[in-house]
Amino acid sequence: MNSKNELTERYSGFYRENLEKIGAYSSEYINSFREEAFRKFMLLGIPTRKNETYKYTDLESYFKHDYKSYYMPVESDFIKAEEFRCDVASLDAHGIVLLNGFYPTINGKLRELPGGVWIGSLNEASKKFADNIGRHYGKYAKSESDGLIHLNTSMASDGTFIYVPENVTLKKPVQVVNLVYSTEDIFNQHRNLIIVEKNSNVSIIICDHTLSPQKFLTNAVTEVYVGENSYFDIIRIQNEHNNACKITHTFIHQDRNSRASSNNITLHGGLIRNSTYHYLGGEGAESNSYGLYLVDKLQHIDNFVNVEHAFPHCTSNQLFKGVLDEMATGAFNGRIHVATDAQGTLAYQKNNSILLTDDAKMDTKPQLEIYADDVKCSHGATVGQLDENALFYLQSRGINKRDARLMLMCGFAHEVIQNIKVKPLRERIDNLVMQRLKGELSRCANCMVKCG
Amino acid sequence: MLVINNLSVSIDGKNILKGINLEVKPGQIHAIMGPNGSGKSTLAAVIAGRDFAEVTEGTVTYFGRNLLEMAAEDRAKEGIFLGFQYPVEIPGVSMVNFMKTAVNEQRKHKGLEPLSASGFLKMMREKKEMVEIDSKLTNRSVNEGFSGGEKKKNEIFQMAMLEPTLAILDETDSGLDIDALRIVANGVNKLKRNDNSTIVITHYQRLLEYIIPDVVHVLYDGRIVKTAGKELALELEKKGYEWIKKEIENLN
Repeated sequence: MNSKNELTERYSGFYRENLEKIGAYSSEYINSFREEAFRKFMLLGIPTRKNETYKYTDLESYFKHDYKSYYMPVESDFIKAEEFRCDVASLDAHGIVLLNGFYPTINGKLRELPGGVWIGSLNEASKKFADNIGRHYGKYAKSESDGLIHLNTSMASDGTFIYVPENVTLKKPVQVVNLVYSTEDIFNQHRNLIIVEKNSNVSIIICDHTLSPQKFLTNAVTEVYVGENSYFDIIRIQNEHNNACKITHTFIHQDRNSRASSNNITLHGGLIRNSTYHYLGGEGAESNSYGLYLVDKLQHIDNFVNVEHAFPHCTSNQLFKGVLDEMATGAFNGRIHVATDAQGTLAYQKNNSILLTDDAKMDTKPQLEIYADDVKCSHGATVGQLDENALFYLQSRGINKRDARLMLMCGFAHEVIQNIKVKPLRERIDNLVMQRLKGELSRCANCMVKCG
Repeated sequence: MLVINNLSVSIDGKNILKGINLEVKPGQIHAIMGPNGSGKSTLAAVIAGRDFAEVTEGTVTYFGRNLLEMAAEDRAKEGIFLGFQYPVEIPGVSMVNFMKTAVNEQRKHKGLEPLSASGFLKMMREKKEMVEIDSKLTNRSVNEGFSGGEKKKNEIFQMAMLEPTLAILDETDSGLDIDALRIVANGVNKLKRNDNSTIVITHYQRLLEYIIPDVVHVLYDGRIVKTAGKELALELEKKGYEWIKKEIENLN
């Protein structure tokens, strides 16, 4: 048996062992996807480097680890989390805390905010808002090549649910704190569903943290629907320890004249893979995909972006930048697909990386598939060192070399950070990035979570 | 203040400076002129501390200290300033943050407390007025998207902020129209004191109508081949560099 099959077999074991528990916990609708998803997972398996979109990322070393269990919460976990939750001071936002992918409150699993907005547990929502869930759940997270998406659908039962009805602007962002905590090495998966109806506006901040030094493997799927004329913004800040492997798949499905931005800020983690899928599903839609990665030691970061121009007159923009130190490695793969009918498409892509050592390595791969004639498309990638001319310029004004390097790196990162619309968050991230680049422990000033 | 003695410099094995001797005294303005490729910018960069060139012979002392042993940033803190021929664009680094760091580094070096936020802004405002730089420029990233003239004015603004003891202006006049040239020259003149000195590197005599030099040197093929008063600049303007080249060839 080759190792691909061994791994697939091991993870299918998690499915078989836990199916009954998972099924009993989840709603019927979510359960109805499991069998088909599992069949597809068995067909596709855990991605190997032979899979074109995982060419530069070796999942095997993390997946072959013997995770003790698939995480399903018991009552005592919820009580512990409830206590913990009181310690999490967040920025001025509507807060949600997930523990190992589950919404860890016993009561009040769904909250209503002004304007008829609901936030809370997906599992709870799937029982209460069956209609909405039925219209969107499992509709966008599709893949013919990535088995991990199907593994998630086959087993996931909880995560964040956010519903924004028509004509609502949520002034404060929603902050989701994803905590991973366990006394043994665990595998966990969660599933988020965000529905933004037409003419609405919402920003979501997701903070990924690990709370204990055990080995963790997280495979998370987020589905987002952005209705006509709406504005949606998602910022993910990843700050996990070196033993954590985090795989995220985010599917953003946009209707006409909507705007959506995704921003993946990777500060720390063992192996991180972020796949972001933008589907421009109506005329005049605009999508922005941003990413910033700062990695060192033996860390690995892989950003995969897939932009699907399915309708005319849409605009997409990708900007990914990063600094790689020591032996860190990274990959960027940005795919732009322009359908035959998608005339008047504007699509841009840029990936710039700075390597601070000879051992750091970055692979970058643009992938443009254009089937329409009237299209403006551009892409550019650079991998290099800090600009010596700029360094000397700063030094010649009396700024020490160390500070000058830091200034240049922060400036380099700022091009991504400046796209964050929530101003206090933007300033905080600038600060976190500076701390990170200084080699100091980086965590949000107001966040009690001691990680990194 | 600055004493250069028999300085020879090579880049990638090619001799660029071949035994330069130069002394700059407090309060003096020196002009260094010469045709393209004669080594003017290399000389400026070596004094400022850029480590792309190899000093093969000679010494450079600054107030009696061996300048060549000092890092670029330490030279700046000791009062040496280089106005760049091609100021570098640095996206993402704001002018305010850049200047605040530079000014406070210098203050720290002098044993002074860092400026308060309001104190710094007041200083910026005063200096901007002094050198007639557009207020908006300092709200942007360092030199990013600045026109050629704006970049050069920004160099003079930085000079005003840092108040150097020895300023080296490397072809600050190149690419400037007559108005910008006047503004740049006025800035330099306003910053002039009895105890500081300026080295103006230029191709043309034009700038020297505004900044009157005490001494004019001609640098040709890595050597200072002529040194005289300000009248030398006028002579060069009239006759070009050819007669100097001929003189040298005749000597050889």
